[in-house]
Amino acid sequence: MSTTTGTRTLSYREAVREAMRDAMRADGRVFLMGEDVGRYGGGFGVSLGLLEEFGEERIRDTPLSESGFVGAGIGAALGGMRPIVEIMTVNFSLLALDQILNSAATLLHMSGGQFNVPVVIRMTTGGGRQLAAQHSHSLEAYYAHIPGLRVLAPATVADAYGMLAPALADPDPVVIFEHGSLYNAKGELAEPPNAVDLDSAAVRRAGSDVTLVTYGGCLDLCLDAANLLESQGVSVEVIDLRTLRPLDDETVMTSVSRTHRAVVVDEGWRSVGLSAEVAARIAEDCFYDLDAPVGRVATIEVPIPYPRHLEQAALPSADRVVSAVRKAVGIDG
Amino acid sequence: MTVSLLARYREMLRIRRFEERCAELYSAERIRGFVHLYIGEEAVAVGVIGELQPDDALVTTYRDHGHALARGIDMPAVMAEMYGCMEGVSHGRGGSMHLFSEPHRFYGGNAIVAGGLPLAVGLALADRMQGRSRVSACFFGEGAMAEGEFHESINLAALWHLPVLFVCENNLYAMGTALARSESETDLALKAAAYEVPAWACDGMDVDAVSDAAQRAVALVRGSGGPAFLEARTYRFRAHSMYDPDRYRDKGEIEHWRERDPLTIAGQRLVASGVASDDDLKDIDTEVIAEVDAAVAFAEMGTHEDVAELTRFVTSEGATA
Amino acid sequence: MAEFRMPSLGADMTEGTLLEWLVHPGDVVHRGDIVAVVDTAKSAIDVEVFQDGTVMKLLVEPGATVPVGEPLALLADGDSPGSRPPVTEPAPSPEPPPSPEPPPAGRTAAAPHGTSHDAAHIPASPFARRRATELGIDLTQVAGHGGVISVADVERAALARNGEGPASTDAVPAAPEPVVPALPADKPRSSHAAAMREAIAALMARSKREIPHYYLTLDIDLEVPLGWLADRNAGRPVAERVLPAALLLAAVARALHDFPDMNGSFADGAYHPSPNVNLGVAIALRGGGLIAPGIPDADQLDLDTLMARMKDLVARARGGRLRASEMSDSTITVTSLGEQGAESVLGVIYPPQVALVGFGRIVERPVAVDGMLAVRPVVTATLAADHRVSDGHRGGLFLTRIAELLSDPETLMGGSHDARDQS
Repeated sequence: MSTTTGTRTLSYREAVREAMRDAMRADGRVFLMGEDVGRYGGGFGVSLGLLEEFGEERIRDTPLSESGFVGAGIGAALGGMRPIVEIMTVNFSLLALDQILNSAATLLHMSGGQFNVPVVIRMTTGGGRQLAAQHSHSLEAYYAHIPGLRVLAPATVADAYGMLAPALADPDPVVIFEHGSLYNAKGELAEPPNAVDLDSAAVRRAGSDVTLVTYGGCLDLCLDAANLLESQGVSVEVIDLRTLRPLDDETVMTSVSRTHRAVVVDEGWRSVGLSAEVAARIAEDCFYDLDAPVGRVATIEVPIPYPRHLEQAALPSADRVVSAVRKAVGIDG
Repeated sequence: MTVSLLARYREMLRIRRFEERCAELYSAERIRGFVHLYIGEEAVAVGVIGELQPDDALVTTYRDHGHALARGIDMPAVMAEMYGCMEGVSHGRGGSMHLFSEPHRFYGGNAIVAGGLPLAVGLALADRMQGRSRVSACFFGEGAMAEGEFHESINLAALWHLPVLFVCENNLYAMGTALARSESETDLALKAAAYEVPAWACDGMDVDAVSDAAQRAVALVRGSGGPAFLEARTYRFRAHSMYDPDRYRDKGEIEHWRERDPLTIAGQRLVASGVASDDDLKDIDTEVIAEVDAAVAFAEMGTHEDVAELTRFVTSEGATA
Repeated sequence: MAEFRMPSLGADMTEGTLLEWLVHPGDVVHRGDIVAVVDTAKSAIDVEVFQDGTVMKLLVEPGATVPVGEPLALLADGDSPGSRPPVTEPAPSPEPPPSPEPPPAGRTAAAPHGTSHDAAHIPASPFARRRATELGIDLTQVAGHGGVISVADVERAALARNGEGPASTDAVPAAPEPVVPALPADKPRSSHAAAMREAIAALMARSKREIPHYYLTLDIDLEVPLGWLADRNAGRPVAERVLPAALLLAAVARALHDFPDMNGSFADGAYHPSPNVNLGVAIALRGGGLIAPGIPDADQLDLDTLMARMKDLVARARGGRLRASEMSDSTITVTSLGEQGAESVLGVIYPPQVALVGFGRIVERPVAVDGMLAVRPVVTATLAADHRVSDGHRGGLFLTRIAELLSDPETLMGGSHDARDQS
């Protein structure tokens, strides 16, 4: 691990771009393919400038053929390349879910271990920008459900940069979710950047009364809620899962067994989602340490509405998190 | 690669006897799950694969026994896979529909119709990007041409100029649905040509016709570095799978096609040209049957994987690829 | 108008803190009704009223600390004037008072179905249950919030009961600890424990100061009574089995018929033998501390009832819910070390009582039986007695009588209706 000689401030978007650029400079097998990644600079501007540096072969614009080009990316990985396949958003990824599940996640097993698929698939996820029902999904749970996939949710600039290299080095498929509201967020990156692992959750804020478990786009609102609760006399520990599959149970359970209360915050819909998975695990592993039922703050069961006030009411918010925590610790309010 | 008709005959007969034995073993519950027999279509696999190089890539469908055997994958290992034993070509994990072999660049065995086509495109993309001139051949039924993935794949292959050989095994029925009920345009080569891909059709029951057409197609792909499409008109004499009651086909139609059994056509041509006598052909049959017997015996003695190993092959073991 | 006064709940109690009222003005009360909960230095005690009447006015607010004898409430139309000392009556069948708390507003129901007070159905968080087990807290005695018991409620209950520590599975009353200097009371958590220590210290010091003790011991062969007990217990569900400790109590209670100089109180320079046998049972509280509530008329109870009373007393003592009458009326105390203790105990008499009977651990010992060596279960019984009231000869006879009764356990079975020797 390199020692830090300083840090610099950059945006999440810039961090992802630099990570891809550095990966492609280091390894000729790495290339980027997806809709509008080349000429357009990426649907969210992430790959701006990369076409100029690496050319059309390695920054490859695809037609609107999610299934086709994700499958081709998988085939290219089978054939010895290290593709980064960009699906513009998780909303369109469903067209490619068959290739991701039935090819990428499953080829290794079906072939009895002969063919591994070293593909990295990046997708933008989440709502909150009034993009309405079909463009605001958080479907991380669909992918975190599948054995054979590793699923990442970088929530910080350091992770946005740091997680790509180990993902590319992974011999098996990795799906990376980037919350759309994070692209403009600024953060610190060590110089040179520290290596990060893909296995552990991170305690972003230490506390003693309640454990908040969250990931991705909900991390910031959880930290805001925690600050608010601090002023109300409640000490909140915030855990950023970082990896959604496989989940780092140890970090979560160590925390909950100490605080005795947990609230899971997840932008997916509440039913049958990631929050249900984490809550079930806490009940399995920490039952006798729990002083209150495990709480969940998730998106309300409604397709995401267009009007701002309705969308904000549907999505997790710092207020809803504060209420859930207060309920868990037994304060009225 | 030019392969003699006699050699092709033997290859087809190996597939035929293997498949017949699978039907029998399935009925006796030695083989379970879904089994899709290649009986009647042998000329297509043998004819096309005979024209490929050992380091070309192959992607096929769930009706994959013929392709596996024609590719030279060990018959006992294929049978053991049917039995779900560790000695099977996919370690027993895949079964009939998921035959894989890395040394043979045999990428399955895919149970999602048209699911393998993008993989072939990607394999060809990797070759192009790494400067290798190899052919990635994918086999699929005519039913796959209704899937979006076919269109996406052939479009990509043409757009990016990738060395993919698309081989459509048109046996006229997508499970129970006849071609005319599934495609507005039933001239399949015409559909492919609409993507600016060189495309032609051949008689899939005549192994010589298939190999001629395949030879030209492979040469084109290897030479130009771009894709080609080959439709082989064939027929499966048995139902879609061992579970299929086959009520959607007219018995007369089946009988008509049986007259064009690829083994009969090839056999008659061999005898007529004096290359082999009927007795020679019988001898080959005896050898082939013995080979199948040996493969079955091998599978019967196979090892079932310990349940404790259940979660193997979810992630790679050991070093990176 | 009668006054309900702060009762004396122990020999050294000078003041008490009213924790809560269980009645309101206008309530009709009867003799024996529990009307308040009072905190002494040792534990929270249910206080009963000894007259019939109607509550007219509550004079003291919960939380107030008042001296013993201070009026707490006014009652109308009581038939016993306040100046008459309360008569000891057989205690009503033990029934813990219901948890009184209404749920605070705003709490939603993660909660409980049913209102049964069975511990298995009390809604308590898993951590609270675990903690309750660790601390030896009876969940039926814990008041929760919003219908659910959380760990904070359990720890609050533990604090009120001034003990915490590893749970003991020992159902038999244990010996009093030797006199220990009071713990420093600087931590709020242990202040109750510290106060209790002080109270015990004061009592023990006074006892040693005022009472001239003499000590006698007698080893008692328990083979016959234990065998008899085992036969009797065989085929009974665990909940109905009688422990050896109950036998020992029964023997002491009945032996007192003939030894009134062991059963009474020494006050104002004179001894007053008691017509009743109110048998004090020394109970060790987890985490330290001792309490010795009494079983009234223990000599009148049949063995099963005596066992039940003993069990109940231990449970309520450890849960911090004892009655005033139980605390103040014992005429003699028995202390037993049970399975874990030493083989004999030479104890300190609880003033104003005049005797303390001790039983050590039952051990297998070699004994001479008819000139032959045998191994028998033996318990060492001890007597600490007030030399102002009795002497060694009497004490020895008393111990022998206990041994005699034990050797014929049938006599301990039923409630005794023998005429008592009131000399």
